[in-house]
Amino acid sequence: MMNFVFPNELRVTWTVMIVLYPYITGLVAGAFIVSSLYHVFGREELRPIARFSLASAFVFLLFAPLPLLMHLGHPERAFNIMITPHFTSAMAGFGYIYSAYLLVVVLELWFVLRSDFLARARGRGPVAWLCRSLVLFNLHESPATREADHRIVKFLAGLGIPMACTLHGYVGFLFGSLKANPWWSTPLMFVIFIFSAIVSGISVLIFHYFVVFWINRWKVNGACVRSLGRYLWGFMMVAVALELLEILSITYEQTDKTEVLNTLIRTKLFMSYVVLQFLVFSLVPFLMLAVHALFRVRERVAHALIWTSATMLLVQVLLMRWNVVVGGQLVSKSMRGFTSYFPGVWEKEGLLTAAIIFTMPFLILYVFHRIVPLFPDVDGRSKQP
Amino acid sequence: MGCDCAGMMTRREMIQRLVTGATGSLLVWTFPALAAEGEDPRDRPLYAYAVDTTRCIGCCACMRACRAENDVPDGCFRTWIERYRVRANGEVLVDVAAGDDHVFEEDPVPDTVKAFFVPKLCNHCEKSVCSQVCPVGATYETPEGVVLVDQKRCIGCGYCVQACPYGTRFIHPTKHYADKCTLCYHRISRGELPACVLACPKGVRIFGDLHDPESRLSTMLKQRRYRVLKPEMGTHPKCYYLDLDFEVV
Repeated sequence: MMNFVFPNELRVTWTVMIVLYPYITGLVAGAFIVSSLYHVFGREELRPIARFSLASAFVFLLFAPLPLLMHLGHPERAFNIMITPHFTSAMAGFGYIYSAYLLVVVLELWFVLRSDFLARARGRGPVAWLCRSLVLFNLHESPATREADHRIVKFLAGLGIPMACTLHGYVGFLFGSLKANPWWSTPLMFVIFIFSAIVSGISVLIFHYFVVFWINRWKVNGACVRSLGRYLWGFMMVAVALELLEILSITYEQTDKTEVLNTLIRTKLFMSYVVLQFLVFSLVPFLMLAVHALFRVRERVAHALIWTSATMLLVQVLLMRWNVVVGGQLVSKSMRGFTSYFPGVWEKEGLLTAAIIFTMPFLILYVFHRIVPLFPDVDGRSKQP
Repeated sequence: MGCDCAGMMTRREMIQRLVTGATGSLLVWTFPALAAEGEDPRDRPLYAYAVDTTRCIGCCACMRACRAENDVPDGCFRTWIERYRVRANGEVLVDVAAGDDHVFEEDPVPDTVKAFFVPKLCNHCEKSVCSQVCPVGATYETPEGVVLVDQKRCIGCGYCVQACPYGTRFIHPTKHYADKCTLCYHRISRGELPACVLACPKGVRIFGDLHDPESRLSTMLKQRRYRVLKPEMGTHPKCYYLDLDFEVV
């Protein structure tokens, strides 16, 4: 194939920040669904990680719009999306979907942590004062209030599942609905995004949980992580199968976009898509999780398999986001060639900015943990609602 | 009690009229289409564009005129010219005069059996997908059918750049809003021709009013064979290419 791109396509418009944005929203949706597996579906084995997963969803959600703001040419006009929305645009829904979901997550977290806030509110010092203000200076607590909190948490967790799917499915829809781009334009896109979100959310929880427990020398809850490992295996199989089905469909249909997309995969995306995303960061975790799920292995081995798989799948989903967002823009709309992109480190939307944005939720989570315990079972500071 | 204000409006009538007037104004302000109801859209011009691909010589005077008229930044293009060369074995080579001086490189291709130039610009689509996807309504269509960007409203998200099937949009590298061909709206609203049309020495670019059956554009479209780019996108472009080769996308 000859290489001709339209002259305005030589510069790639959506870069690292737009890769990071769906990645972070995916972590939110996935982490929230893990917490709901306990709160709504009663998966008791996930109780030790339920609060941590909800708090993780919350902090990642706080930072989800930041890459978008960094990307906008005029971030000072960002609120126009909500103040003067243009509803024929899918993007106009972002502010409302994000705000509604944030409200649900904040409320659920508040009800989950109310007992802890109350326990700390009775002390002295700035943290006690903060906790008093967080419970709106109402220090009354009884079995009846705890029961009411529990019921509300269950309701909000149930409500949050479709909202989490909407938030992330919507991100997939933003790409999938663009008919001008042959790599993005597929109705499967939003389904792929939802499943990859769940994979990345479970993965980040496993990764972070083990790191925190190893640092603190706490005993890892075997039943919890093995259950997470099995969920991860199931969801990653669906996510990867959907992505492969998409490629199969493109290849089999033999439409005008087949040649250009096959060339894209064989050349520009061969390393990041074929080798890294599928052969290394999908196949290896799949096999490791299969060993864990299908064979009897010692606990230490099982934990190593689960943690390594989760870490690799975190990278896999990041690669998937990269291959979708950047890969789609490498194809010229002339259908006669490809452009190139390599990320910078120091620029406004560069790798350093991305690293800082991605690190911030973990730091906030640490501060969070200093105020209210995220792992009450092991740290003994409070009871789980 | 007798009233000594015969012929004057009562307080009730005055309030009724005020409320009616305010409601009417609010409706007209909120839904301008209501105010325009009754106007025949054909009373207004419907601007469109045609490109006679059989006449272009690739001199790129249009590109230089566009850049000078609209202060187009380097490396970005509101219009450009593609050169197609088809070899005897069927291979198609395409390039653009993309340098700052907008001159095609002298690069002879052996066995060329067919060669032609195709100017490209925004298609000012009737169902413009860029207007559809703009989350703040910064991209809009004027009543004359010209697709424009409100630079003071654009947030620079780039969604329209992704959505345009023709690659005619870009984010301005220093002013950070979406930019593209405006058909020189500042000129055509004064009754002048777009800069590219004026600069073309061969009359390749034809600008006119589709609602005027006597316009050169309307006549051309009646008499000549033409097609639009990527009709399968359903955007209904208003840039018509006369005698366009099937190789062009």
